[in-house]
Amino acid sequence: MLAFVWDSAEDVAPVVIFLFAFQLLVLRQRIPNLGPVLVGFVFVTVGLGLFLVGLEESLFPLGRLMATQLTDPEFLENTTGHIGNTLIWKDFYWVYLFAAAIGFATTLAEPALMAVSIKANSVSGGAIGIWGLRVAVAIGVGVGVGLGCFRIIVGLPLHYFIAAGYLVVIVQTAMAPKLIVPLAYDSGGVTTSTVTVPLITALGLGLAEAVPGRSPLLDGFGLVAFASLFPIISVLAYGQFAVLRGKT
Amino acid sequence: MKDSLIALSKDALFSLRDLAPIVLVIFVFQALVIREPVHDIGSIALGGLLVVFGLAFFIFGLRIALFPIGEEIAYALARKGSAFWLFSFAFVLGFGTTIAEPALLAVAEEAAEVAVEAGVIEDNEEALENYALGLRLVVAFSVGVALLLGVFRILTNWSLPLMIVGGYVLVVIVTTLAPPEIVGIAYDSGGVTTSTVTVPLVTALGVGLASSLKGRNPMTDGFGLIAFASLTPILFVLIYGIARHWI
Repeated sequence: MLAFVWDSAEDVAPVVIFLFAFQLLVLRQRIPNLGPVLVGFVFVTVGLGLFLVGLEESLFPLGRLMATQLTDPEFLENTTGHIGNTLIWKDFYWVYLFAAAIGFATTLAEPALMAVSIKANSVSGGAIGIWGLRVAVAIGVGVGVGLGCFRIIVGLPLHYFIAAGYLVVIVQTAMAPKLIVPLAYDSGGVTTSTVTVPLITALGLGLAEAVPGRSPLLDGFGLVAFASLFPIISVLAYGQFAVLRGKT
Repeated sequence: MKDSLIALSKDALFSLRDLAPIVLVIFVFQALVIREPVHDIGSIALGGLLVVFGLAFFIFGLRIALFPIGEEIAYALARKGSAFWLFSFAFVLGFGTTIAEPALLAVAEEAAEVAVEAGVIEDNEEALENYALGLRLVVAFSVGVALLLGVFRILTNWSLPLMIVGGYVLVVIVTTLAPPEIVGIAYDSGGVTTSTVTVPLVTALGVGLASSLKGRNPMTDGFGLIAFASLTPILFVLIYGIARHWI
């Protein structure tokens, strides 16, 4: 445990040094509230250490466990009646459902997204609904993670999907209302929280290990990329929908 | 003191809310679909508690230490109007906050372990740490560049969609040249970088800058920095993979 805290101290130190150097040398001002600031950095360091220990003990094992259990040959035989080589991609439907549920649920509860939605609602004069936006992003993440699992199971190259996805984004950008574009682009990055990322990374790696013929290194990554891409599409689509509805 | 305790327990509640949907979904699947006993349920629960408290401490600390200083410097530099220092600060901010990003730390370690299993790097502690650190440095550097680009865009008022689309076209081209084992990690590192630490500070910089410049709208110009921070890591990690492959 102490080793983890020491490691995180090494990670936090550069940030502290940079900020202090800027304040003291470039702006030539004293550090305001030096006491609380130092206490704050102690909290940052200890918190980061505890968080990383907790990840190793809970979210990583859980992600892998779910992947192994949902792709267990016995479990698949019970739910689909198929065994071994007769398994096709459709038989893994519980995996897709689980992935989509995780993506949808974590995004709906994301505090950063709530703040952004409220802001977007007031700026657009009510055209963009708070719940509408949140559900749009959550559906985007759910579909993204589910489709990402499909890709791992069938083993198609990641960049085909990503390139196709961005092609859709480009076409949508040309057609969507201008106001929603920066919001849509940012919602891709904002949605994947610090708790969600490790879990879906572990899920992807676990899937790639469990499905025959897949390698964790070549196929296991990519779920976070899907979770960042699809909200852009769904938010742009929501913007187009809101405009259409406004016209009729 | 009492206010701090209230703030701290609020942060713990927020972290709990982050974790709650995951616990709920996993519980439903375990109870209704898988229906098998879970081993080590005790250590998993304990780990979950550590995650909640660790994240709460981390965010609480950020709020009383990092955010006030970061925001003050961002506003002071925007007022000062020195382009050189603004660019340097944007770069340093991106680099510094990404190097300490918990999600990136976690994913870099996973990536190193996977690389060992696949035989891409040697199986010893040093090679493992070097690989993870190399990855983090590249990603941190690329977020620094992203913020620099983003600030440049706010100052010059170039078109955001044009720059982003151009960037992704570049990503697709570089992907065809990159060794396949780096592609997945590269694409994931785009989404990983933009969470707890980076987003609030970056938004403060963007909004602060946009509101101190004439004729800029904080809503449309202040946002968009995060979009850059999701793009450049993909590009730079791909290039890093190509470089590692050839050297």
